[in-house]
Amino acid sequence: MQDKLNAIEKAALESLESVKDQAALDAWRVAHVGRSSPLMQVFAELGKLSKEERPVVGQAANKVKVALEAALAERTEAVKAAALAKALEEEQLDVTLPGRTVNVGHLHPSTQQLRRVLAILADMGFQVYTSREVETDEMNFQMLNFPPHHPAREMQDSFYVEAGERGDNPILMRTHTSPGQIRAMREYAATNPSDPPAIRIALPGMCFRYEQVTTRSEMQFNQVEGLVVGKGITFADLKGTIADFAQRMFGQGARTRFRASYFPFTEPSAEVDAECFVCGGKGCQVCKNSGWLEILGCGMVHPVVLQNGGYDPTIYSGFAWGMGPERQLMLRYKINDIRYFWGNDVRFLSQF
Amino acid sequence: MKLPISWLKDFIDVSDLSVEDIARKLTLAGMEVDEIHYVGLAMPDYSKGEKHEFKTTGISWQKDKLVVAEIREVMPHPNADRLTLCDLYDGSEQHTVLTGAPNIFHLKGMGKLDKPLKVAWAKEGSTLYDGHAEGLVLTTLKRTKIRGVESYSMVCSEKELGISEEHDGIILLADDAPAGMSLVDYMGDAVLDISILPNMARNANVIGLARELSAMTGRPLKKPTIQYATSGESIEGKVSIEITNPELNPRFVLGLIRNVTIQPSPYQVQRRLRLAGVRPINNIVDATNYAMLELGEPLHAFDYDVLVERVAQIDNLRHDIKIITRNAADGEKLTTLDGNTRTLTASNVLVCDEKGSLSLAGVMGGAESEVYDASKEVLDATGVEAKAGEVTTGKASTRSVNTTNILLEGAAWNFINIRRTAKQHNLPSEASFRFSRGVHPALAEMGVRRGLQLMAEWSGGAIAPGLVDNYPLPPKEAVVDITPKEVKRLLGIELSAQKIAELLGHLEFECSIYGEIVTVKTPPHRLDIGEGVIGVADVLEEVARSYGYDRIPETRISDPLPPQVGNPIHEWEERARDILVSLGIQEVVTYRMTSPEREGRLVSFDDYTRIANPITPERTTLRRSLVASVLEIVEKNARAESLSLFEVGPIFEPRKNDVPNEPRKLAIVMTGRRLASAWDVKDSPAMDFFDLKGRIELLLAGLRYIDVSYVPTDSVSYLHPGKAAEVKVNGQVIGVFGELHPLVKEKYEVGDKPVLVADFDLDALRAASPAYGIVPVAEFPPVFEDIAVIVDESVPAARVEALIKQTGGKGVSAVSLFDVYRDEKIGTGKKSLAYNLTYQAADKTLTDAEAAAIRNKIVKRLEQELGAKLRG
Ligand SMILES: [Zn+2]
Repeated sequence: MQDKLNAIEKAALESLESVKDQAALDAWRVAHVGRSSPLMQVFAELGKLSKEERPVVGQAANKVKVALEAALAERTEAVKAAALAKALEEEQLDVTLPGRTVNVGHLHPSTQQLRRVLAILADMGFQVYTSREVETDEMNFQMLNFPPHHPAREMQDSFYVEAGERGDNPILMRTHTSPGQIRAMREYAATNPSDPPAIRIALPGMCFRYEQVTTRSEMQFNQVEGLVVGKGITFADLKGTIADFAQRMFGQGARTRFRASYFPFTEPSAEVDAECFVCGGKGCQVCKNSGWLEILGCGMVHPVVLQNGGYDPTIYSGFAWGMGPERQLMLRYKINDIRYFWGNDVRFLSQF
Repeated sequence: MKLPISWLKDFIDVSDLSVEDIARKLTLAGMEVDEIHYVGLAMPDYSKGEKHEFKTTGISWQKDKLVVAEIREVMPHPNADRLTLCDLYDGSEQHTVLTGAPNIFHLKGMGKLDKPLKVAWAKEGSTLYDGHAEGLVLTTLKRTKIRGVESYSMVCSEKELGISEEHDGIILLADDAPAGMSLVDYMGDAVLDISILPNMARNANVIGLARELSAMTGRPLKKPTIQYATSGESIEGKVSIEITNPELNPRFVLGLIRNVTIQPSPYQVQRRLRLAGVRPINNIVDATNYAMLELGEPLHAFDYDVLVERVAQIDNLRHDIKIITRNAADGEKLTTLDGNTRTLTASNVLVCDEKGSLSLAGVMGGAESEVYDASKEVLDATGVEAKAGEVTTGKASTRSVNTTNILLEGAAWNFINIRRTAKQHNLPSEASFRFSRGVHPALAEMGVRRGLQLMAEWSGGAIAPGLVDNYPLPPKEAVVDITPKEVKRLLGIELSAQKIAELLGHLEFECSIYGEIVTVKTPPHRLDIGEGVIGVADVLEEVARSYGYDRIPETRISDPLPPQVGNPIHEWEERARDILVSLGIQEVVTYRMTSPEREGRLVSFDDYTRIANPITPERTTLRRSLVASVLEIVEKNARAESLSLFEVGPIFEPRKNDVPNEPRKLAIVMTGRRLASAWDVKDSPAMDFFDLKGRIELLLAGLRYIDVSYVPTDSVSYLHPGKAAEVKVNGQVIGVFGELHPLVKEKYEVGDKPVLVADFDLDALRAASPAYGIVPVAEFPPVFEDIAVIVDESVPAARVEALIKQTGGKGVSAVSLFDVYRDEKIGTGKKSLAYNLTYQAADKTLTDAEAAAIRNKIVKRLEQELGAKLRG
């Protein structure tokens, strides 16, 4: 009987070796451990054996059963693993196919840059002040210490607006955001004319110059100015504020230098250069081999401007600075044609 | 202003500073150096890692290869008529040098020269510009044979040395140039190209720049001593000056020099003038230009004999000249040196004699009078440069061609008036550049004296004793008081009164100290210092510059933070931009300037804000329609498969004789496919009305407007009358949107897909109050149900939805239309609308029976009010 059991076990295990899938597994189970399998026949016929033989054969048959079931379990695992491996292999994607896209909108790069600047200024306590784009000569020039026919006006050629006879006060497209300085000072001063409050504002907006549109010059451009007015504001504060601003704008460690300059509405005036962030100051095409990039103009608010804004220049002082977001973008992204900004080609806009 | 370093060195010792050091110091003090042009001096060696600081051009001369030499004899070339062989001595050896220079050709075969010619000689291996090449091409001098004669060196033209474009002849140096001396040591130079700021007109000259450098380095300024011998009769009594408007002509000075010989100026003078950007003409013209570049005072030379002749024409017994300055008569004509006849206005000032006008004061000489005939090319210094070849071709009247008597003018003019005149007649010149920025009247006399001195030196003339000086209106002497306290208050640095006086003293301010007050007197070369608080600011700037901006510390504002008022309009618009972008719409920013024709394709208006001086006929008015601007951008990007663009900004509504209104608008334009084509997206449908409407709904929801309604409109001319709606928020119309009218669309090159546009009035929208509070998130589970009702085609979906919501009340928390269906079974003129209903109660879980009760109520209402039928 033991020989028979051995034969059953051997045949079953041999047959299991060729089992490769679930169907074969099921068939094998029926054939070798199923109710009518030879092994089960042995169990069924135990009753026919002698009292002495019965436990011996029973035990031996049981051993075979355990062995076959274990082999089946093992084989089942192997078949599953093989099936999974096959499935995984068959499900391979071409991962180089493009991803599925959605419609994406972007803010115009100028808006993004204005936001960067205004966010830094907001952290420094500067609030946004906006004002109109079409101005009077008085607000755009005269109040800012550009008398009629003054040579300084040559620095800012203007677009004039037809508006009947207005003598020395024609209407024009603002050439800078600075008329907002006068408007803001007057608004603040009106709240308490005898002791006007301090001011710390940022003035963003579109400005216009009578210039041919070329790769380097535009007839319209954004500007952001910062304005501080108070009772203890110094040129040293201006330098410190600009240095702080530059660290945020151009990175910690950004070096700046002040060059004496001239703007009618500030005095002393300065132009600020930042060390070229492209070449680290060694000289390159971007900085025209100077190692420095002109980033902004600034100065102490001219006493005439303070006066025109309702602030007594013997008590108050202040400073202002102005910069161009489009110029900053050109440096930051190596844009060599300023016409891209208002050209609004979506192939340009979608890169920001 | 172009500053040759060699000229600067006449007035300040900067021998220990590099050219870059000088340029940096000037730049930091406000005289920005745009470029350094090397003409001989050694350039920094960038290949060795020396730092670039300036745009650099030009050439350095090799010290051992380029030297001063002398030509002792000019001999014929054995095989070439046009060439000569020079016997040249370089200080130690003789050489034979081959040249074709025309300016020594006449000396060929004349034997040993009495006076050797001093020349710039380049040895074998020298690096120079190729004189025969177009433009500037560097070349190295090699040993060669020319027509059988060996050549290994050459005598140089200005072009070869990078001094100018001149290649017609070789440079002939002054007789005292030492043979053997390295050329770079003899005349190596570098030119700083400096931008002169409007308030620094005083520095548009060599002495001005030397003075600034002196203040910044603490080195003494070597002021020129203008002393000269005089002879003959005094000018006094021979010339008089009448000034009719001292406001416009505060000073007029005349000097006289007799018997000048007109000839080329010494070589070094010509070289400096060229480097400074002025073409040398002859010793007289050059003297006026040289004095102007050096001191800043433009001068004007008259032919004295011609003026005398003109007086004699009036009264042949008279020899005394009277110069008159006066305003022109309106419509008076003057032919200027450039040959143009100009019609003058009363604000223009003329320099005249009794016979007529001589020049447009401070701007350009006149050509009409006989002064012009006799001396136009020769003598006018304030106008455009004359042509070099015509130096002696003037028609001689009462004088021999090459000898003459010169009356030299130095004057002061009102700078604003000169600026207007120069602009009015479009006449920029070296003179008007300076006069239109302000030249101190004190310089008039100094300028004339310097001019006379140079003329005498270069022309051998005899200066007449005295000057005729009419000075009716000296400028008010600007005196400003400043204190260390003011310096501290405005600059943030502690300086003693003594220190302040010292800093200003470097710039030639005269300071006296009374206790804590420094009284500052403005030096007589500048007009930029004002009075009172302005004067204080002007002087403080000079204190800061003299102290050095770089030495002022960086501090943080100690003033308390001002009132925080924010900018709600700006913040709200930024929020709207963010929502629009999140909806997949791209922001654009367009030109404010457009034209009625451009906008007219979409919409026309009665009136526009017009630009008085448009830069192009394309942009003559300020935009009135933001949609029109964005549509142009859509057109420019028409190749894109799908476009969704928006712009936020002002339009301009004209007001009579006043600034326009600038209402804020939002424009959205969408067109093209809903989805971009891709490997698994083919033929996505075109966007239509509802793509735009969906975005508008989301925008308004994002801005927290709940009471929003859409009303059909056929009154917007550029919109399809059946596909257009007004948007109402809280009952107020805030904008319109829809599909572009087919006839309007035809005018744009935007493809065949529908174009959806929206035009919102942001000021009106912002005025609407947003919803307060939120809709609570339901705690109990909802019951969902679909119902479909058949209604007449004329019943708007919005009406059905409103009735469902109204009838369902709080029991229905959401209604959404998911299908619109039409077919014959339903019946013609009918449509089926299918809705998802969500039943929900705030306080319990609804049973099916409760939901059914609500549903029945709704259906009944729809049947009653709309004749609707529930679909099976
Ligand atoms: Zn660089």
